[in-house]
Amino acid sequence: MKNKLKVLRAERDWTQAQLAEALDVSRQTINAIEKGKFDPSLPLAFKAARLFKLAIEDIFQDEV
Amino acid sequence: MTDNNSDTLSKPSSFKQRNKSNIVKLKFWTAMWVLTMALTNFGPWLLWDYNLTFSALAVILNLALGVKMVLANINHLKGLDEMQQRIQLNAMGITLGLSLIVGLAYSNLDVLNLISYHAEISHLVIFMGLTYLIATFIGQSKYQ
Repeated sequence: MKNKLKVLRAERDWTQAQLAEALDVSRQTINAIEKGKFDPSLPLAFKAARLFKLAIEDIFQDEV
Repeated sequence: MTDNNSDTLSKPSSFKQRNKSNIVKLKFWTAMWVLTMALTNFGPWLLWDYNLTFSALAVILNLALGVKMVLANINHLKGLDEMQQRIQLNAMGITLGLSLIVGLAYSNLDVLNLISYHAEISHLVIFMGLTYLIATFIGQSKYQ
């Protein structure tokens, strides 16, 4: 699954640690999601969408 | 970061703080369990000259603190995020599976007299610890 987490975070000038704290996860998890090594659960994806005030599909895209 | 962003990102209890507290509790109960394990093993010949009542009390205390340690570990695992929980679950699965097959194979070696010494439970505990450690390390590197 592809995602725009890194771009959205950079646009807001947030660090991985700050985003991790806002989403209540570890910095390592944010790093793994950004690198596409870990796909977040639906609740975490919704949480990210709420934080960035975007729809889930605007952040996460399925790789077909 | 702007003030607005700070408001959006502020949290009453951070993930880091919560985990730190859970780890401190887990360390404490693990240390208590290890101490009572030592007391149970060395107490009879160092402290109470094989008095059965004291030995039984030491075993009960060790069991009770073991339960506290397990509960603290459950609490610690619940406090981890979903990726960390997955790493732990994989490590536990690998440890359980390998301990079962290696443990029974090791026991067979003893029963069939293919090894010159007795298969001790402590060997299995060491194997489990090392397997869990390596599996956790591999799991963490996988997501880096």
